[in-house]
Amino acid sequence: MLDKLERDVFDSDVMETPQVPKGFAPPIELVGVSKTFDSVVALSPLDLKFEPGKTSVLIGPSGCGKSTILRLIIGLIQPTTGEIRFENQVLKPGNLLEIRRRMGYVIQDGGLFPHLTARENVLLLARHLHRAEEQMRARLAELCQLTRLSESVLARYPVELSGGQRQRVSLIRALMLRPEVLLLDEPLAALDPMVRATLQSELKAIFQHLRQTVILVTHELAEAAWLGDQIILLRQGAVAQAGPFDTLRDCPADEFVSEFINTQRKLGLP
Amino acid sequence: MRLLALVSAALLAGQRPVASAPLQPVVIGSKKFTESYVLAEIANRAMERSGLSTQLRPGMGGTIILWEALRQGAVTCYPEYTGTLREVILKPIDPATGMTSTSNVQQLRERLAPFGVGMTGELGFNNTYALAMRRQRADSLGIHQISDLKNHPDLPVGLSHEFMGRADGWPGLCSRYGLRMRNVRGTDHTLAYLALAKGEINIIDAYSTDARIAEEDLVTLRDDQDFFPQYQAVFLYRLEADPRVLKALRSLEGTLPERKMIQLNALAERTRDYSKAAASYFHERNPSHHHPLSANLARWTGRHLLLVGLSLSASILVGIPLGIWAGRPGGLSEIILGITGVVQTVPSLALLAVLVSIPMLGIGPQTAIVALFLYGLLPIVRNTASGLQDISRPVRESSEALGLEPRARLTKVFLPLASRSILAGIKTSAVINVGTATLAALIGAGGLGEPIISGLNLNDRALILEGAVPAALLALLVQTGFAFLDRLLIPKGLRLSGA
Repeated sequence: MLDKLERDVFDSDVMETPQVPKGFAPPIELVGVSKTFDSVVALSPLDLKFEPGKTSVLIGPSGCGKSTILRLIIGLIQPTTGEIRFENQVLKPGNLLEIRRRMGYVIQDGGLFPHLTARENVLLLARHLHRAEEQMRARLAELCQLTRLSESVLARYPVELSGGQRQRVSLIRALMLRPEVLLLDEPLAALDPMVRATLQSELKAIFQHLRQTVILVTHELAEAAWLGDQIILLRQGAVAQAGPFDTLRDCPADEFVSEFINTQRKLGLP
Repeated sequence: MRLLALVSAALLAGQRPVASAPLQPVVIGSKKFTESYVLAEIANRAMERSGLSTQLRPGMGGTIILWEALRQGAVTCYPEYTGTLREVILKPIDPATGMTSTSNVQQLRERLAPFGVGMTGELGFNNTYALAMRRQRADSLGIHQISDLKNHPDLPVGLSHEFMGRADGWPGLCSRYGLRMRNVRGTDHTLAYLALAKGEINIIDAYSTDARIAEEDLVTLRDDQDFFPQYQAVFLYRLEADPRVLKALRSLEGTLPERKMIQLNALAERTRDYSKAAASYFHERNPSHHHPLSANLARWTGRHLLLVGLSLSASILVGIPLGIWAGRPGGLSEIILGITGVVQTVPSLALLAVLVSIPMLGIGPQTAIVALFLYGLLPIVRNTASGLQDISRPVRESSEALGLEPRARLTKVFLPLASRSILAGIKTSAVINVGTATLAALIGAGGLGEPIISGLNLNDRALILEGAVPAALLALLVQTGFAFLDRLLIPKGLRLSGA
């Protein structure tokens, strides 16, 4: 099924040329970043580089700080110490807006605006920035095809969408302005298992097609192994181990890593 | 608020009197009881006869409101009593002057001059306070004079609020006579007569020229210890007013003995028409001031809508930004909601009285609009703030992460999402304003309160209903109107479910 999907996606002549980041330039980098909420340490000082054009997965038990990293990158919260760099620009209030528009962000329940139809949700920012309506319509058609969403669904309001449709719309919204980085915070966690499995396959195809820098947060090891080029396993606000899944599985850095991987594998995967 | 006052003043220009400008009409005020209405009508006719352009502001509430209005030039003249001048107006301003009940006209004039206010000679009657009972009841209890009450401390007493509070009213009377009445309550003067007739109360305060003393077979109790001071009727006027004003007012001096005044009061109450009484004073047959009900109703309702419309618009324009401000996290929210909440707890009459004393406002629609604006603020501020605070975190953060600047987040996401709550707040304010605006008539702002207040004074239920029914219908109309607005303004996506 995946093969068919990839063929569909890549053979399609309406698809854009895959967006290859210029010279693989825009890595996101965290330098000495820590975050404390009311004296509770969410992240210990931490250096992280996300590889361009690759899918990095942040994983770890609840409260390990994986979502915090995403929220720091998109600027919803500010680091207590250290700095976050996007294409060597340090994130600060002055450039936050511009940098956010070059990223796409999808959260667990989609975060769609309930007062707007799916189409209005997706086009909100483009219209606000007065992008050419014609181009946006073409882009929307393209993304509907990519995410396998029927365009007729776009006339509905979020309450009228299924969970899977909601996440697809949310993904389209994030991709609308061709972001250089895609941030996904447990995008599939709220879906029922069958829909989740379908979307996991589709996401992989989409990532491969876009060849974009993706940072995905999940708590599910199978999803991480399936989607991630690089896995960053976090524990209590610090990196326990980072690398391809095989490395984590075959050469765990410590007991926590092997325990985390074995516990989840006992549940059946992979 | 300054801006609002300017706006409403500009909108109502032409209705706003400026006493010094010769082309402006002479504004004649009155208090809200029959005799005061009649005297104002008589003065109105006297001035019209001498070719002055006049404007009546009848039933403007209590002494202080009128005095402030006169002092600020919002009214040119109004009927007053020498006793009230001494006890209520001058004494509190400067207690050291030793105003006594024997102060004569000349002394009073000297004291009024610094305020730019003059006083005519006495009109001819003394309308002092009196205690009144039904003749039958008084006879059966053997009560003829006030000191007889000492033997009947349990008789129920119903007093007008002003009489109850004035030093020369109930408190002074009790201490002079050593009365210890155990059953005293405050009621509207007109309602007190009804309660007296029904026997719910046995004793009321009355004016000695009150028509109903004769009509309802009441007796006034003799003031055997000469407690009540002289309340000679006079006109107060602005010293800088057109000389013809004074001339017209002085032509009334000495022409109204007590019996004549009681007659005119009785005529006014019987015919339910103050101008008819005034016409009778001048021996005119056909009063020229006669409006059919439909014309009155249109005028009252139009003014009512103007008051509500302007004040509500101002509440919305100020309330929504304040609510947005209050909806942000932080201590500011509590402060803003606290202040607007306190305004709402001030009784409407007290708020009107306070506002009337502000020089820029004074008497008239602009003050009513400011008061209604203040009352309308809280529901809008509170609902805007809570509507914004109720927006879920995922939606809030998505709009931020999307790269919308704060302003666009507010206008494109947050305000539409809070629209249901904001509209509910505006609806509450509108309904409150339609009701409260009936009180605007007390400060000469007109509206549907005008027939209600005159009706209360004339004990004319039909007249009360002429104001009360349209006011109630208006409130219903507002309700339905908002149901329609809900459909128009609340985004469909929010109406589809409980979302």
